[in-house]
Amino acid sequence: MPHLLTYAIFAPLAGSAAIVLLVLLRPLLRLPKEQVDSASRLFALVSSGLSFALTLLLWAQFDGARTGPQFVDHAVWIRGFNIEYFVGADGISIAMIILSGLISFIATIASMPWWVHDDPQHPHFSKRMVPGYLALLLLLQGAMLGVFCALDFFLFYVFWELMLLPMYFLIGIWGGPRKEYAAIKFFLYTLAGSVLMLLAVIGLYYGSRSIPGVPLALADGTPVQHTFNMLALAQLGQRGLFQTLTSLFGYRFDRVVWLALFIGFAIKIPMFPFHTWLPDAHVEAPTPISVILAGVLLKMGGYGILRVNFGILPEATRFFADMIAVFGTINIVYGAFVCLAQKDLKKLIAYSSVSHMGFVLLGMAAFTPQALSGAMLQMWTHGIVSAMLFLIVGVLYDRAHHREIEGFGGLAARVPEYTALMGLAFFASMGLPGLCGFVSEFMVFYGTFAVYQTLVIVSASAVIITASYYLWTIQRMFLGKLNEKYRDLADVNWRERLTLYPLGALSIFFGFYPQAVLDLVNGSLQQMSHVLRGAF
Amino acid sequence: MEAAIARNLGSLGAFLPEIVLSAGVLALFLLDLVFRGEGRRGRLTWAFGIVLALAAAALAVTPSSPRGLFNGMVVQDGLGTFFKWLFLATAAYTAGIVVHSKEISRARLGEFYALLLAVLLGMDLMAVSGDLLMVYLSLELVSLVSYALAGFRKDDVRSAEASLKYVIYGGVASGIMLFGISYMYGLFGTTDLALLGPKIKAFSGEVFVAQTLGGATAAQLALVVAVMFVLAGVGYKMASVPWHMWCPDVYEGAPTPFTAFLSVGPKAAGFAVALRFFGVGFTEAAGGGLVNTATVPWPAIVGILAAITMTLGNITALGQTNLKRLLAYSSIAHAGYLLMGLAAASILGFQSVLVYLAVYLFMNLGAFLVVAIMAARTGGEDISAYRGLVRRAPFTAIAFTVFLFSLTGLPPLAGFTGKYLLFAALLQQGGSWYVALAIVGAINSAISLYYYLRIVKAMVLEPPAGAGGPIEVPRTYGALLAGSMAALLFFGLFWSPLYGASLRATQALFRG
Repeated sequence: MPHLLTYAIFAPLAGSAAIVLLVLLRPLLRLPKEQVDSASRLFALVSSGLSFALTLLLWAQFDGARTGPQFVDHAVWIRGFNIEYFVGADGISIAMIILSGLISFIATIASMPWWVHDDPQHPHFSKRMVPGYLALLLLLQGAMLGVFCALDFFLFYVFWELMLLPMYFLIGIWGGPRKEYAAIKFFLYTLAGSVLMLLAVIGLYYGSRSIPGVPLALADGTPVQHTFNMLALAQLGQRGLFQTLTSLFGYRFDRVVWLALFIGFAIKIPMFPFHTWLPDAHVEAPTPISVILAGVLLKMGGYGILRVNFGILPEATRFFADMIAVFGTINIVYGAFVCLAQKDLKKLIAYSSVSHMGFVLLGMAAFTPQALSGAMLQMWTHGIVSAMLFLIVGVLYDRAHHREIEGFGGLAARVPEYTALMGLAFFASMGLPGLCGFVSEFMVFYGTFAVYQTLVIVSASAVIITASYYLWTIQRMFLGKLNEKYRDLADVNWRERLTLYPLGALSIFFGFYPQAVLDLVNGSLQQMSHVLRGAF
Repeated sequence: MEAAIARNLGSLGAFLPEIVLSAGVLALFLLDLVFRGEGRRGRLTWAFGIVLALAAAALAVTPSSPRGLFNGMVVQDGLGTFFKWLFLATAAYTAGIVVHSKEISRARLGEFYALLLAVLLGMDLMAVSGDLLMVYLSLELVSLVSYALAGFRKDDVRSAEASLKYVIYGGVASGIMLFGISYMYGLFGTTDLALLGPKIKAFSGEVFVAQTLGGATAAQLALVVAVMFVLAGVGYKMASVPWHMWCPDVYEGAPTPFTAFLSVGPKAAGFAVALRFFGVGFTEAAGGGLVNTATVPWPAIVGILAAITMTLGNITALGQTNLKRLLAYSSIAHAGYLLMGLAAASILGFQSVLVYLAVYLFMNLGAFLVVAIMAARTGGEDISAYRGLVRRAPFTAIAFTVFLFSLTGLPPLAGFTGKYLLFAALLQQGGSWYVALAIVGAINSAISLYYYLRIVKAMVLEPPAGAGGPIEVPRTYGALLAGSMAALLFFGLFWSPLYGASLRATQALFRG
């Protein structure tokens, strides 16, 4: 099927446009509000589901042995500036594309008001300004997929920024009590990072030129002076072009550009000390948006570093590798300790993301094929598990309207199914063998040990902290005496089952068969590892 | 003598748009006396529209192949034509805002339109001035009529104050400019830009030789002073630091439709003059790029001005609560961004200024249109009046959000296109100095997001203040808002046409 990626990106965008059109036509057609809401929900489910189905089709058709891009769509967009519409999937992006299709669809289901407990005092977010919410959600989904598929740097940047607007409104309008603060903080942090990134992108563009072996040309074959083509840039970078350019501020060109790009991506991951937007954004966002934030948005940072910093500027990456590893370790240890101190369940899970994304940084910094694959797998498993965790928090919040860990107790007796699901998610997240978190963390440690022994030992010890905050949380919330206030707490309903069971099943499946993902990514990552270790 | 007269007469044909505008000014003053009664507002607007349409038609049939008119006083070329289209669009948009404006009373509408046409004529002349004297005269034409328009609401104290401030600052700025022009004449014996170019180049060569011998810096200094002084008059029109002080007060006091016009038209005209002044007088096309022919470090001067202008504009805007003042400081910041393109001193730099101005027209006029709607419907110019607007007038609120995000420079809106080109122009030049300027610009974009978002937050995230019923928006305004949004989205995604037009206009400057 041709144009598979383009359809996957534009299906949600088309759904979004359809909803906007419906709202505009509403006065003309004299539709009641309920009908518009239902129709919007239908559009959202169909377009998001279609996009997910297309990413599954990608999975089936993707050839993991090839290292080049597949499912390529390539056309000239703005000729004056050599900007192209260029999308494709390779080993670095395919896992993230599938993940974002999956998580987007899960988030769409989680945005439906099915089986919602009606409580006039606490109106459910899924019943407020429905068309607006869904239109923004779909816009966000399309932009996310676009970021992972784009192979033209300008296109990448446009999708990257396009994500900010819907996210701002989704947190700011449908979020919790401190939503405005959280939304603006998220926006400012990310924009500050991305304007620097824009300069770096333009800098790379003007730094690029045809060299023997790497002729630059547009999709239609017109030879050009400079290029935004990320694959061509990567080839130029691997041949050392960017190291030879005029230095900036007394530092080497490629290192300055590397840092500007890295800061932009590190904010997204989020890497300590740029992580402070994350707890606010996660806690205030409505459940499906937290799911997308943790499940997909954080991965963009890791993906960007792999695709851009590692791919295009390998020499500078070698220079900064120790720094990445140290910051990765800080993320792991610091995040885990902060989790111990959290009283709010959602905040605890938000900080656990900081800790778990540290494994991605640590694994990438080692450059070995096992560690790189481990880092990629960690992004995948964290995407699945953290999405599940936020859904689980959402279940409780919908019923109790608060998330204080100490405010519960003995819930296991009252809601056994919920307890089992939460236990599964917690254990998968802390890396229990047999569940997916274990495989990826193990691969990161195993692949990194030869390079950064001390850091691995420190990080591995932090796993004990991880276990303790999860176990302690289980103890406080589910064991002991039942809090009388929650005598009538309802167990998970069908909408929640629809989202939680698939994710739970996947976290077990990938615990036993991580090869399903690794087969897709190994080829490209081995090649990348080869390039990165070239100087060793 | 007779040959000169013949040349002047021959020039008239190519001067058709300006002639149409001049006739239009007179015609509107007459029609102002003729049209009475109920349909007056509509008829006058139609008359104004017809004059604009005739001017546009005249502009379309006038060839824009480069040539000098009136013995070099006026230059006809692609750059001038680009700006004339820009000004026509600005005037048409302003008329669209005036139609339902309560600030311009029916009795004085004809007067307003006639004066607006006169400003338009002045701006057109600024864009095509080939002689510094002509620059000064056309700039004064714009200024003098603008003083009257800024103080158009005679009964309003703030409007009178605005007018007075504008007069005083304007008088000082144009006086300084005239002084600078006299220096130029003293140094080179001519005010014709086309003749100045080679003379400045030769002069700089002499200065360079003298300098290596250890002297003659006084002459060089005189040229630097002359350039700075000419910049004063131009910078005043652009509202760039340190000639920006009039801007917030005049924006606040002037009738909103004219504020809208002021924020785009004269600013663009200032850039038209600056592009021509530096492009023809101080640079030369060589090897596909531009070379500064003078020993005057004007790109550095302009670059420093750019950095100060945008930083000051943005930082001051952070604390504003009156929307007109906030947008005034924002427009100062945008003058700073635009100066970055001039500072790049390259073909792409000049292009980026043109593209940014074209885009800026839609987003800034759109923003002021919303301010005009709100001032008329709720009487509030304060940010608190915008609370919960998305429930009272959803379409207007969404349009305003789009304009503000475009002003911030977020893709896929056209503001991003403009900013991208400005940054690209700087980074194309490379080197730490240009990169540092680009970084200042980038940080400023992030700062500006904060105050633009404050408005968005009030409109979208906060509940309506007090008894906020739905706000009726006239159909003309709705169409303008929709059109602006469509233009911003289109030029954000497909800016090839705009880029091509700017390339042709810029190349015309260096071919002629």
